[in-house]
Amino acid sequence: MSRIGVFICHCGENISRTVDVERVAAQVGNMPGVAFATDYKYMCSDPGQTLLKKTIQEQKLSHVVVAACSPRMHEKTFRKAVESAGLNPFLCEMANIREHCSWVHENREEATVKAIEIVGMMVERVKKNRVLPAITVPVTKRSLVIGGGIAGIQAALDIADCGHEVILVEREPSIGGHMAQLSETFPTLDCSQCIMTPKMVDVANHPKIKLYTFSEIELVEGYIGNFQVTIKKKARSVDEDTCTGCGVCMTKCPQKKIPNKFDQNIGMRTAIYVPFPQAVPNTPVIDRDNCTWFKSGKCGVCQKVCGPGAVDFEQQDRLIVEAVGAIVVATGFDLYTIDEKPKGSPIKGYGEFGHGKIPDVIDGMTFERLASASGPTGGRILRPSDGKEPKQIVFIQCIGSRAREKGISYCSKVCCMYTAKHTMLYHHKVHDGQAYVFFMDARTPGKSYDEFWRRSIEEEEAVYIRGMVSRLYQKGDKIVVMGSDIAVGVQVEIEADMVVLATAVMPQKGADTLAQKLGISYDKYHFYSEAHAKLRPVECATAGIYLAGACQGPKDIPETVSQASAAAAKVMTLFSKDKMEREPIVARVREAGCVGCFACKKVCAYGAVEEKEIRDRQGNLIKVVAYVNPGVCGGCGTCQATCPSKSVELDGYTDEQIVAMIEAL
Amino acid sequence: MHTDKPKHAFEPKIIAFVCTWCTYAGADLAGTSRMQYPANVRVLKFPCTGRIDPVFILKAFQQGADGVLVSGCHPGDCHYIAGNFHARRRFAAFRKLLEFVGVDLDRLQFSWVSAAEGGKWVEVVTDLTEKVRAMGPMTEFKELALEEQWSGAITTPELKEAYNSI
Repeated sequence: MSRIGVFICHCGENISRTVDVERVAAQVGNMPGVAFATDYKYMCSDPGQTLLKKTIQEQKLSHVVVAACSPRMHEKTFRKAVESAGLNPFLCEMANIREHCSWVHENREEATVKAIEIVGMMVERVKKNRVLPAITVPVTKRSLVIGGGIAGIQAALDIADCGHEVILVEREPSIGGHMAQLSETFPTLDCSQCIMTPKMVDVANHPKIKLYTFSEIELVEGYIGNFQVTIKKKARSVDEDTCTGCGVCMTKCPQKKIPNKFDQNIGMRTAIYVPFPQAVPNTPVIDRDNCTWFKSGKCGVCQKVCGPGAVDFEQQDRLIVEAVGAIVVATGFDLYTIDEKPKGSPIKGYGEFGHGKIPDVIDGMTFERLASASGPTGGRILRPSDGKEPKQIVFIQCIGSRAREKGISYCSKVCCMYTAKHTMLYHHKVHDGQAYVFFMDARTPGKSYDEFWRRSIEEEEAVYIRGMVSRLYQKGDKIVVMGSDIAVGVQVEIEADMVVLATAVMPQKGADTLAQKLGISYDKYHFYSEAHAKLRPVECATAGIYLAGACQGPKDIPETVSQASAAAAKVMTLFSKDKMEREPIVARVREAGCVGCFACKKVCAYGAVEEKEIRDRQGNLIKVVAYVNPGVCGGCGTCQATCPSKSVELDGYTDEQIVAMIEAL
Repeated sequence: MHTDKPKHAFEPKIIAFVCTWCTYAGADLAGTSRMQYPANVRVLKFPCTGRIDPVFILKAFQQGADGVLVSGCHPGDCHYIAGNFHARRRFAAFRKLLEFVGVDLDRLQFSWVSAAEGGKWVEVVTDLTEKVRAMGPMTEFKELALEEQWSGAITTPELKEAYNSI
């Protein structure tokens, strides 16, 4: 006979406001098998947990139900408490009467009745819970970092400095990401390259970091501590070990007019190229779509001039498998492209801003390249159309961001600050020019941020107009910007030479595909979801995978660096032990019932089902049954729902437990 | 403080089978966002929709559920790689069977609700509750359960004979 203890939490007033907790405790106390039921103000607090432990010992409880918040919040807390009182942690269940009851219902009677039913359901379930011994698995102390922007670089350096091997995978030919594209950084106006490139070099020289550039993640298998990652190393057409990075090939390449993506397509590059001079690795890559050799089989100049003979037209994509214990995802962001509706996305374009149609309407990142000393104009602000210096420049904020009717409701967070920076850079470079900014609000929380924004107005003479732009059109070589100044209540018309749009920060294209490979969740914009918005901001719900930087949501550089270091700290915590305990929620086969049809093997996504021969003492084969490798099993239970003879059971979610719950309703 | 909502003549019982990673988390998000929905739904948590045996749905109807909701991760987003695909396939076949048996398929709803879709969870639950409320109680399975109990008494000669021959 079970002696179940039920503990009903008030959660301050969060539960007790709508649920009559005393009535729940009284009712539940009468349920068969329940030996003890009580309510308490904060079960998760220290005195609450002490109460739980003391009662288990005093009342000799066999099972525990804590009716409180979501198990996703405190299941671990209470299971740990139960364990320290001498019970198996899996004999404790949580009834979710906060997120699923008190917070979503207003009617006290309804909520109380529902709470009683939820608790009753868990009481019936817990009776069928079995003791589950912990399963320990080894931890591979190597980490994978996906994305070589500032987030990935920081995380990789932190982990590697701690003595653990890191595999850094970058999709582009060079690491550096968006930060390498920036001219200066707010709020100090540090040159971005000056603070970024040393870190890139550190990565390249670090003995513990293995760098795969021009590579993508193909497949991720395994689980926390034991991932197998297949990396596709795309054919560079240049051998990385032989190339000295002299750059002669690039000077001789006849294809010189290919828009350089790194320069936002306003600068040109050759077909064999490095995206920018400080690229790491400094090994060129051949753009096969634009290379004469790959298009017509002629040319081959780069191969002829290459002293060490590093150019290899025959190079193929290679697949490399690496074993790692933890993964840091740092894939960063992309900018919202006007008028281009991303496939399958509900987000609409912005036809009224003329981007892509009027050449002198550019986005913020293009302005960064114009302002950058290493950019295509050598740091001079010049119009893409005719190369003239713009004397009147208009910045428009919140393009895409905070426009619910267009499909993006979030704030991109960095645009207010970078536009302030742009007005300053413009004023420093074009002394007789005038900058105007159309803005909805200026959002400048951050150390020295508001001071910086004010400086752009008070000292750098930027004119801020509160209001949005309704229309842009080309008139001669000017762009007419029509908008409203809602502070004064008048319509404004500015004849500008150039317009800069602060377009929304969005996740990288293909962020969803990568998430599917990793098995992590993402929101409707494809930003990756953290395990808990406040308390677990760098971990994914999927164990062993951590997030850093703008792939999780718009972020500026300081925040990105902090998050990257935090993710690295999480990885190092994991690596501090040789073995880790995994949740013993795994499938087990009842061999007596198994007929060896292996339907389970077919549906198992982890390849955890093996064939096991059963022999008698003489060694004669009796039958072949399924065996689930507990180290590999993911614990989804698909095998159990598939098994025709009901011979496989998922611990913690057995048929018995579930039927007991349904019958309790 | 709160005024009691108008009482309905019939409060349906809705049982929701959800996966822990997406829909359960989505329902949690509805809670943390303090969204409101009818109190008729009881949630059963599974690791994955792949774990949900169609028998559980039958069992739920038998136990007096008037509507059943099965919800998991969006296709491609499964925490367990492909469990939701297996579930989708299984339930596509199972629906046909239920229809054949004579269950109104409006009582059984499948949906994908992600961990970020608290609003969608509220929508799905509210819609199903209102739909089932309009349909009235589901009696077929309850009657069947009663019949089963009757036949359990082994009253007919055929059953007696069969029982003795075992």
